[in-house]
Amino acid sequence: MNDARPASRFPLPSELTDVAGAEEWASMYPYYTRFQPEDDQRFWFYNAMHFPEPMPAFDAVTAEAPYTALGANTARMFVFPTTLGIEHRIVNGRVYITANPVTDPAEIQRRLAQFSERAGHYYENWDELYQGWVTRITGLIDEVQRIEVPQLSEFEDPDVVFQAKGVAQNHYVRENYHRLMDLYSKMWHHHSEFLMLGYGAYVVFFEFCKKSFPEIPDQDVARMVAGIDVILYRPDDELKKLAKLAVEYGVDDLFVEGCEPDKVLAALAARGDGGQRWLKAMDDAREPWFNMSTGAGFYHHHRSWNDDLTVPFAALPGYVDQARRGELLDRPTEQLTAERERIAREYRSLLAGEEEQAAFDQMLELARVVFPFVEDHNFYCEHYFTTKFFAKVREFGELLCAQGVLADAEDVFQLNHTEVGQALTDVMLAWAAGSKPVGSAHVRETVAERRRMLESLAGWSPPPALGPVPEALNDPAVRMLWGITAETIQAWSTPAEAGDDEVRGFAASPGVVEGTARVLMSANDIGQVREGEVLVCPVTAPSWGPVFGKIAAAVSDIGGTMSHAAIVAREYGLPAVVGTGHATKRITTGQRLRVDGDRGIVTLLD
Amino acid sequence: MDTSPLVRRFGDLRLTDRPTVGGKGASLGELTFAGAPVPPGYVVTTTAFEAFLDALDPDGEIRAGVEALDAENTEAIARATAPIKERIEAAELPEEVTAAIRGHYRDLDSESDTPGEPAPVAVRSSATSEDAEDASFAGLQDTYLWVRGEDSLVEHVRRCWASLYSVESVSYRRRLGLPEQDLAMAVVVQRMIDPRCAGVMFTRSPLTGDRSVVALEGTWGLGSALVGGDVTPDKYVVGKVTGDICSRTVSTKLRQHRMDPSGCGVLEEDVPEYLRDEPCLSDAEIQELVRIGRQVESHYGTPQDIEWAISRNLVPGQNIFLLQSRPETVWANRAKTPTAAPKARAFDHVLSLLGGTGGGTP
Repeated sequence: MNDARPASRFPLPSELTDVAGAEEWASMYPYYTRFQPEDDQRFWFYNAMHFPEPMPAFDAVTAEAPYTALGANTARMFVFPTTLGIEHRIVNGRVYITANPVTDPAEIQRRLAQFSERAGHYYENWDELYQGWVTRITGLIDEVQRIEVPQLSEFEDPDVVFQAKGVAQNHYVRENYHRLMDLYSKMWHHHSEFLMLGYGAYVVFFEFCKKSFPEIPDQDVARMVAGIDVILYRPDDELKKLAKLAVEYGVDDLFVEGCEPDKVLAALAARGDGGQRWLKAMDDAREPWFNMSTGAGFYHHHRSWNDDLTVPFAALPGYVDQARRGELLDRPTEQLTAERERIAREYRSLLAGEEEQAAFDQMLELARVVFPFVEDHNFYCEHYFTTKFFAKVREFGELLCAQGVLADAEDVFQLNHTEVGQALTDVMLAWAAGSKPVGSAHVRETVAERRRMLESLAGWSPPPALGPVPEALNDPAVRMLWGITAETIQAWSTPAEAGDDEVRGFAASPGVVEGTARVLMSANDIGQVREGEVLVCPVTAPSWGPVFGKIAAAVSDIGGTMSHAAIVAREYGLPAVVGTGHATKRITTGQRLRVDGDRGIVTLLD
Repeated sequence: MDTSPLVRRFGDLRLTDRPTVGGKGASLGELTFAGAPVPPGYVVTTTAFEAFLDALDPDGEIRAGVEALDAENTEAIARATAPIKERIEAAELPEEVTAAIRGHYRDLDSESDTPGEPAPVAVRSSATSEDAEDASFAGLQDTYLWVRGEDSLVEHVRRCWASLYSVESVSYRRRLGLPEQDLAMAVVVQRMIDPRCAGVMFTRSPLTGDRSVVALEGTWGLGSALVGGDVTPDKYVVGKVTGDICSRTVSTKLRQHRMDPSGCGVLEEDVPEYLRDEPCLSDAEIQELVRIGRQVESHYGTPQDIEWAISRNLVPGQNIFLLQSRPETVWANRAKTPTAAPKARAFDHVLSLLGGTGGGTP
């Protein structure tokens, strides 16, 4: 059942066997996500970066929507010369992808002419277009929040009659559901709008640095480019502000290690003026800054801080403590800016001549122009929009629950998005007819079976790749977004030589530290992390920001040195080893670890 | 005393002092001037040698006699030089020369890291002649390690001078037809370092030529174990700009070379088991070496190839020493094609990359 054994070649899609107890997994997903016989001829890799867990049926839309948008953007809108779109398939609940490259030189030239003009327009007007983008995306977020889920009251509102509206509320069940899904699709189009171009400008600078300074650490390149006032830091900054206010208002004693949000909130409410003022401050911070998913925005169960205050309340005691001692400082932005300039200046001065320095200046400047989007789109799209989106889907779940189709609103995520549409139609029909939806028993059985299957699928270790290894892997999308190169594939197909007590990955943030492991498979358990522990998780997402104030080091299964987690770890000065492949499987909570962020090695000490 | 022309401290010397202190003395002086922690020492200058030779041989018979020798006639050279060497080794030094050597030695001794016994010093000849680089004279003149005490020091300075009149040395000069009149020898007196560990440092990558990193290699004991290939050293790569240690390889170090405290040269032995897999440098030592390396590099304005050692006896903060620094030559001599040139518009760089044309767009 474990297909993760190192192999000299990758298994073919057709060779994969079903997981015991989840033989019907394919029934969860739309037919177009299934591997076809001819897919055996192509190279696929497991997109563990975005989809580290088995996909609940509804969540498969978080692959479908991005890939319809990304491919449209590269293949059709900007006409990237060497790449079309990305195809995805689901097997045993896991998402595999492959890029469709353009290899015919004449075709590349034909596309290049289109691309130069179109991409050039965006690069030349980047700042202005990006400002417009922010308006468009916040407009979408606004729209998604304003979607109403009809409550299907017994009688129509009199206005429908007296104003001759002529359309009953059950109609809006489907219209508004479709509207929600359409907005989600649009959001992904905007997500892709600048992304590949942004990464392109960054990668050009990155590769220039690597050529000029073959041994430059990836993180130094990032340090020259990365923004200082990045929106992704804001939620954490807001928590620090709240910690200071807790001290100022004299309610700091309520924030202790392991405190439960509900109890603290109740105690605050009973604390008179100080408590009220603090609660008001938190409410002000929540919109929009608590719309941070505890994951990367691809799973419904990665709740946001707003859905579940556990994450922010896990970080607050540490910050309150620092605030009490007067140590909780604002991010030293001036100092960080000066350091960024110093690093860039010194690398520049080490270049061979004026020609190179002039090219360096061009590339660095462009990389800095595009980077605000590269960093901040994540907050707007994966966190803010997505939090609102899942919340709205839950509201439809509540409707289904109220109409007796589902036992629990949360069960809506066990149906795929077309099945949700069908269940809603069932409700629309039943309400109109004055009967009960016919699907109740059928749907509830499906939900139960799928929950069981997901549990079985969670135990499956997907191979990192499938199919024949391609001779050349030059697709810029794959290289930019997943950092996958011929070397990565080589490493995947070669058994690791590390000793039994070692887990190897990328050195993402320097330093060596020993500590006790805390293995978290899901971001929902983030409240378990205690001061000084080593966080071991499948994927380190930027939204875990606050936890970095507590931990001594971070280890992840997935991620490269440019992943946000790596950047945050460096920001906090913690050692980090990312992209280990299987740290969460090798390590158990409570184990002593040595994390060597200089070499990318985690040693199991007992 | 420091300004005495007979003896000069490293701290007062620059490369331009080569004619009176020789190549080795001048380079140690320049390195000291660059702010590098060079083991302290001084040079007995050519002026001292001249004063000595004038006293010994006021009429210049020795020089005239040697210059008359035939380079091919080894027997005649041997016959002529043996008594000269004997005379030099037996002669008293002029009082002011002896006083200068002894006085400076006492200064070194007072900073000794092994109080109670006289400070051990290395006594090395330092050639002065323009066309006689240290390299070509290597082996022709002597080096004495672990010299202790004033009397012994004076004795070894004299031996260095006498070695100018060895058969090999004279033959060499006669073959090149070097004039004896200009011939003089300076002698470097330098405190011995008994290294806990030692190694080399390149202020650019020896692997890729990358000028943004410093590469360090080190091992237990003397650096000769590393240079001679007797041991796989620990390796560190440090980013110059950020000071981050980018890579760190701690090797199993099986053999070490140690100073033989008896003064009879070098002991080669197994590294004690408990030390084999231990890193030979602490992070603080790495950072300090890199700081010093960068300082020397910027002093010379070009990447350096440096020998360093860390004293077994001195306390951190005072235990790091540079023994030598020379310009890196391997990568310096290799022509490098520019990584990229500016383009008409900054985003043309990106169009080239995404267009699949590499660097094609004009």
